[in-house]
Amino acid sequence: MLKFIARRFVNYLILVFIATSLAYILGSLTLDPRARYEGRNPPISEASLHASLQERNADPSTPVLTRYGHWIGGVVHGDFGKQIVGDEEVSTEIKRRAGVSLRLLLLGTIFGAVGGVLIGVLGAVRQRKPADVASTVASYVLLASPTVVVIVVVQTIFVWIYHKGGPLIPATGEYNSNLQGIEFWTDRAKRLIMPTMVLALFGISFFSRYQRSAMLDVLGSDFLRTARAKGLTRQRALFKHGVRTALIPIVTFFAYSFGLLLTGATFTEKLFGWHGMGEYLINSVQSHDVNAVAAVACFTAVLVLFSGLLSDILYAALDPRVRSK
Amino acid sequence: MTVTDKTLPDREPAGSPAGSPLLEVSDLTVSFGSEAGPVRAVRGVSYTVRPGETLAIVGESGSGKSVSSLAVMGLLPSSAVVTGSIRFKGTELLGLNDRRLSKLRGSGISMVFQDPLSALTPVYTIGDQIAEAVRIHQEVSKNQAHARAVELLDLVGIPNARLRADSFPHEFSGGMRQRAMIAMAIANDPDLIIADEPTTALDVTIQAQVLEVLKKAKEATNAATVLITHDLGVVAGFADRVMVMYSGKSVELAPVDEVFYTPRMPYTMGLLGSIPRMDVEEKEPLIPIEGTPPSLVSLPSGCPFQPRCPIAVDLCRTVEPPLADTDRPLHWAACHRSLEIAQRGWSAADVFVRPALPPADASLPPVREERDVVLALDNVHRAFPIRKGAVIRRTVGSVRAVDGVSFDIRQGETLGLVGESGCGKTTTIMEVMNLLEPQQGRIVVLGKDTGTLKNSDRRKMRADLSIVFQDPMASLDPRMPIGDILAEPMWVQKIPDERIKARTAELLQLVGLAPEHASRYPAEFSGGQRQRIGIARALALDPKVIVLDEPVSALDVSIQAGVINLLDELKVRMGLSYLFVAHDLSVVRHIADRVAVMYLGRIVEIGTTREIFAAPSHPYTQALLSAIPLPDPVKERSRKRILLSGDLPSPADVPSGCRFSSRCFVFAEQLDAEQQATCKGVDPGLYELGGDHRAACHFAKVREVV
Repeated sequence: MLKFIARRFVNYLILVFIATSLAYILGSLTLDPRARYEGRNPPISEASLHASLQERNADPSTPVLTRYGHWIGGVVHGDFGKQIVGDEEVSTEIKRRAGVSLRLLLLGTIFGAVGGVLIGVLGAVRQRKPADVASTVASYVLLASPTVVVIVVVQTIFVWIYHKGGPLIPATGEYNSNLQGIEFWTDRAKRLIMPTMVLALFGISFFSRYQRSAMLDVLGSDFLRTARAKGLTRQRALFKHGVRTALIPIVTFFAYSFGLLLTGATFTEKLFGWHGMGEYLINSVQSHDVNAVAAVACFTAVLVLFSGLLSDILYAALDPRVRSK
Repeated sequence: MTVTDKTLPDREPAGSPAGSPLLEVSDLTVSFGSEAGPVRAVRGVSYTVRPGETLAIVGESGSGKSVSSLAVMGLLPSSAVVTGSIRFKGTELLGLNDRRLSKLRGSGISMVFQDPLSALTPVYTIGDQIAEAVRIHQEVSKNQAHARAVELLDLVGIPNARLRADSFPHEFSGGMRQRAMIAMAIANDPDLIIADEPTTALDVTIQAQVLEVLKKAKEATNAATVLITHDLGVVAGFADRVMVMYSGKSVELAPVDEVFYTPRMPYTMGLLGSIPRMDVEEKEPLIPIEGTPPSLVSLPSGCPFQPRCPIAVDLCRTVEPPLADTDRPLHWAACHRSLEIAQRGWSAADVFVRPALPPADASLPPVREERDVVLALDNVHRAFPIRKGAVIRRTVGSVRAVDGVSFDIRQGETLGLVGESGCGKTTTIMEVMNLLEPQQGRIVVLGKDTGTLKNSDRRKMRADLSIVFQDPMASLDPRMPIGDILAEPMWVQKIPDERIKARTAELLQLVGLAPEHASRYPAEFSGGQRQRIGIARALALDPKVIVLDEPVSALDVSIQAGVINLLDELKVRMGLSYLFVAHDLSVVRHIADRVAVMYLGRIVEIGTTREIFAAPSHPYTQALLSAIPLPDPVKERSRKRILLSGDLPSPADVPSGCRFSSRCFVFAEQLDAEQQATCKGVDPGLYELGGDHRAACHFAKVREVV
């Protein structure tokens, strides 16, 4: 078992390396950090411009592969270089922002997966009944909508709720620094509601589709019939033998869904005014910050590594047929 | 290894009214909605089961036998509409809610299902699943339930029960899973066990073991049993009474001997006539029932069997006969002419026409040695490496699927290659069909060594060597019309289009279909018809040799007989030679001239069909023959059955010396230590036993087993 996990870990590490390297090289070829310094008023002298770019390992006159070599050497020691704008280290900024993103992603994934599994099971058990049709239509509409549209719709709904006498849920920002103590934290929790909900909605629509088809396969299976023939009621047989078995294929989608949610989260953070990794990526692209873009890519790849490992472990925990290998 | 005496103790005359009935089903109907209209799966079935008795429900696929039993358990999908009455110990079950029914399921009535592969939940251990059944109905602690599970596993003959209780279903073989299913079924001492085709998915030797366990389980719990099966052989040795079902109706209900010796319904007679039997003296054609069972959506008027019945009269076409008294007590049949059948003393051969045995091809030399060898295998080996490791894959062992197989087939001859699943028979024919040089040994097709063939020769040779596959559903492309399916092998050989057209029509007629069927798709045909299409495709290029890979094992018996007869007829008419692969020895009895028995990648006995059946010499052949149930209650009760212990060893880990020694009853019971050392130490080659008959046993001896 440990050997299996270790083997998967090595595989994922290789993937992380490839993804990050590609991100760096692509970023270096397309972004133009020099443009950030040119055209300033007063103009920066060529010498200090060169020195600045040199210091940030972003001088276009150095060949890309040399820059890459330098960069990867730093990454191994946890050094992602300096930001193009300002004097701050990229890693400092990442540390500040990672927690913000992780909180959102983790909650979004958990709610999305749990909700999706439940709705998927319900859809399968009530196949072609109104509840199933409604959840199917809703999932496809959600999957087909751009994140931006969904966010605006969710915000509109909460505003409408407020106008009908509901509580005020702040739509932007992660916290209010004017508040203190309990109030600060309740406010912060409230602000979590909307972005988490948006991410969870995508998770639900994604997971419920897979869970529904996995559950439909199980519903027709002989072992479920055996479980009922033993004397389990339909409901208990469904949960103890049915859902338990239908979860196995879903775990595989866990890793992929993380990647999918990440892209969703980028826009979510930006639109809700959260200073997370997604916003950082968008800002960095705008400011031609090669180092930051590559670092975010690396962060994402590592996240996928961990979610992949997690789904491998879950898979082995759920399915004895994998465990024995 | 045990030789069990199969003589049953004297019982009460079967069917005598002893006490009040345990289960009373009356006028049960089940229908399902479908796009084409309601499917009437069960149409008014009534029967009773008394305490301790065994009722067999026999019928072909779609006869409603399983559906009617699932209705008793209340396990039909919610789309099923069930009417009538099902009373268990006086309580009406129809209309009970799920909660009340589940109290009964598993404790009052329990069920053993057909496919042990999928009938156990893959994610829980066997022990947990049995313990769960105990804990649902009994107030016991987890540990007590687990202990009870181990006890039950021991009872059904799982070796090392304590250890094996912690195994998962995928770690059990098919036979062991079915034992576990039985353990689960008897966990709460049920009054009634419903066994739905409990041995259909198993090999014959394992089937014999499982039936023995089922008998033991019945004795341990004193439960009544409803055995649902399509195999009349199993019925003969197991049941007290038999109910025959056809098109959702019970058409005959009688004590077991009555059904077998004095059937009163033509369908039952046809069914009995169409089963291949291995206790016949000479090779004789089977009696097929023409046509196919009617669609349950649009039943014919009158008797549902009428379109296939040779003695149908006008009355049969208008009025459906009820299940009525016959001339014999406790015997009911649904036939307008049952009394007439009794008076005239008709048997299957009188009602149905037994086709004449096709005359032997006069152009062939009568002596086998003078005929040409069309296919010869000489010491052919095929091993599959077992690899391990993720990055650097290294070979850690090999599965010797075919381990030195030699045989030859001469012109106009059928060789039956028989063995249980995993013995290497499929790998052997794949080696032949590849037309490549084998890993070791030689394959000679029509005088040409496959190792020396060029690619172009190989393609030409495919015209002379064709194959018919087991599953007629999967081996025809569902998106291709029949005409194209038949034309495809001819396209490959670049035959002109107009010739192909004519040939397609000819082929369809040859296998008993109409030329206008060429434009239809496979889905429009029944299983038997599809297999005929598969045979037509194999015939397309006028081959010399046809490999038949279990061609009838997926078909119902009444259909199977027609296909076997067709194959026999085609062989003579077209001068073909067959390599007939089967797991069912009784089918082989009816078609093969010579038989080769395979075990773990080797041929253990080979000879003429008569030699193999009348004078089997290898213990494995004897066990195999003895495991096949005979459709004859008296013979079946008086037979001594050789039960093989355990499962087939893995071909990756073959026992030393004689590979059968680990399961051999002669080795275990009849040999002294010195002789046993010979078996363990020396790999027996094929010993000559006179004529063409050879067996791979140091102590080969003829034993009468049929």
